[in-house]
Amino acid sequence: MQATKTPVLEAVNISKSYGEKQVLADVSFSAGEGEFVCIVGPSGTGKTTLLRTLSALGTANSGEVRVNGMAITRPPAEVSVVFQDYSRSLMPWMRVGKNIELPLRRYKLSPAERTTRVTEALRDVGLEHAKDLYPWEMSGGMQQRVAIARSLAYRPQVLIMDEPFASVDAQTRADLEDLMLDIRARLGVTIVLVTHDIEEAVYLGDKVIVLSGRPASVSATVDVPLGRTRDQISTKSRPDYLELRAKIHAMIMQSPSSVSG
Amino acid sequence: MVAVLLVIWQITASVGQLGAVPTPVEVARALLAIFASGAVWEPLGTTLAGWAISLVLAVVVGIVVGFPLGTSRLAYRLSVFTLDFLRTIPALVLVPLVVLLYGSGLESTILLAFLGAVWAVIMQTIYGARDVDPTALQTFMSFRVRRWDTVKFLLVPTALPYIATGVRLAAAICVLVTISAQVVIPAGGLGEQILTAQLGGAVPSMYAYIFLCGALGVGANAAFGKLEGRALAWHPSHRKVSA
Repeated sequence: MQATKTPVLEAVNISKSYGEKQVLADVSFSAGEGEFVCIVGPSGTGKTTLLRTLSALGTANSGEVRVNGMAITRPPAEVSVVFQDYSRSLMPWMRVGKNIELPLRRYKLSPAERTTRVTEALRDVGLEHAKDLYPWEMSGGMQQRVAIARSLAYRPQVLIMDEPFASVDAQTRADLEDLMLDIRARLGVTIVLVTHDIEEAVYLGDKVIVLSGRPASVSATVDVPLGRTRDQISTKSRPDYLELRAKIHAMIMQSPSSVSG
Repeated sequence: MVAVLLVIWQITASVGQLGAVPTPVEVARALLAIFASGAVWEPLGTTLAGWAISLVLAVVVGIVVGFPLGTSRLAYRLSVFTLDFLRTIPALVLVPLVVLLYGSGLESTILLAFLGAVWAVIMQTIYGARDVDPTALQTFMSFRVRRWDTVKFLLVPTALPYIATGVRLAAAICVLVTISAQVVIPAGGLGEQILTAQLGGAVPSMYAYIFLCGALGVGANAAFGKLEGRALAWHPSHRKVSA
């Protein structure tokens, strides 16, 4: 990994409280170019708060988020977010093509360029022919693909994903996981994915950040030396994969103040 | 159902059990007569004009006032009491005041119908503008969508189904208030015809005019329902397919 380069996304000592209740305590981590970083922690550990801070949709009480070394205070052009709830994140009154075009409207692109970007993004997620459908005419997995395509058309350096596959069935989930690995490999985009699923985090990540405690802090940063090409069946049966999964599971269970579920 | 009711009406009215109520056949004959003589057109035109103008005013003013109140929490809190107070005043209690100010012309029924209907549009617009989904808004923010585009592609489409309901309600209220005002003031139109027919003892033609008023209400509702289905094809209640 490119440890010597400036990280694309960096969280430095992020702390956040809502009134009396502290949610995040001194959270730091970084994601390098083209790196797949998974942030894992049980429900209610402030993962969503961290994600809002990372994308500058919310502010931290202290600490800062840097993109390419620069502290950010507003949502930056280099970062795009894929939300868990695709049915709310996609506009039901716009066809798929228009939904994908929406973030491009602020850029001065010719209609031809816009169309090209939409077509390419749809091809990247395997939905070449979905441009004229409404989101609600599609399955959940397809809708999340559209949301991913919208982010890709925006051409961010970093894709931040909040439990993106939590609302789809297991088979679709596996397909989407592989899609993300494929997108990272082809487009070189940095991906920061937040999940409560340890198996998913180890399968996808080059690095897993374990969040635990109340308030949440980083209890470990675990490198995942499984190589960049992964496979749902063979990778998941490798002894080192199983070992890592057990190790992270133990870390989360041991954390005294964490509550799962 | 309608046929059964008509038959029951015909039988009870012809054996004289309904007092001053004529039989449906008599009413239908009176209805034909007012069309045949052309007597119906002028009052119908007056009522339709009053209805349409008051509705357009109510919709335009309602939307213009409703949006800022719906998008600003402070503005909403400051105005909610005033709104609740004003919208519960029945439009017809203002008849004496309005007649004093504007006489018994078309302006008066327009103003009264407007005052009766504008609240429905204001309230629905407020509800609509307040219903913007937080995840959708965050999506727009994270993509740095421009302010005007956010209004056009998020705020307005979110509020539209609510506004459509407001317009449908307003259309019905405008029919009711316009005709009632025409009876009470009296101020021309179908309303005054009902009154005149009653005073002149022409009971069947009075019912013929009442029937026309009902038909007007049903027609307005159906027309707006159809329009809504077209404009809101994406909305769950109008979708032809579901995933």
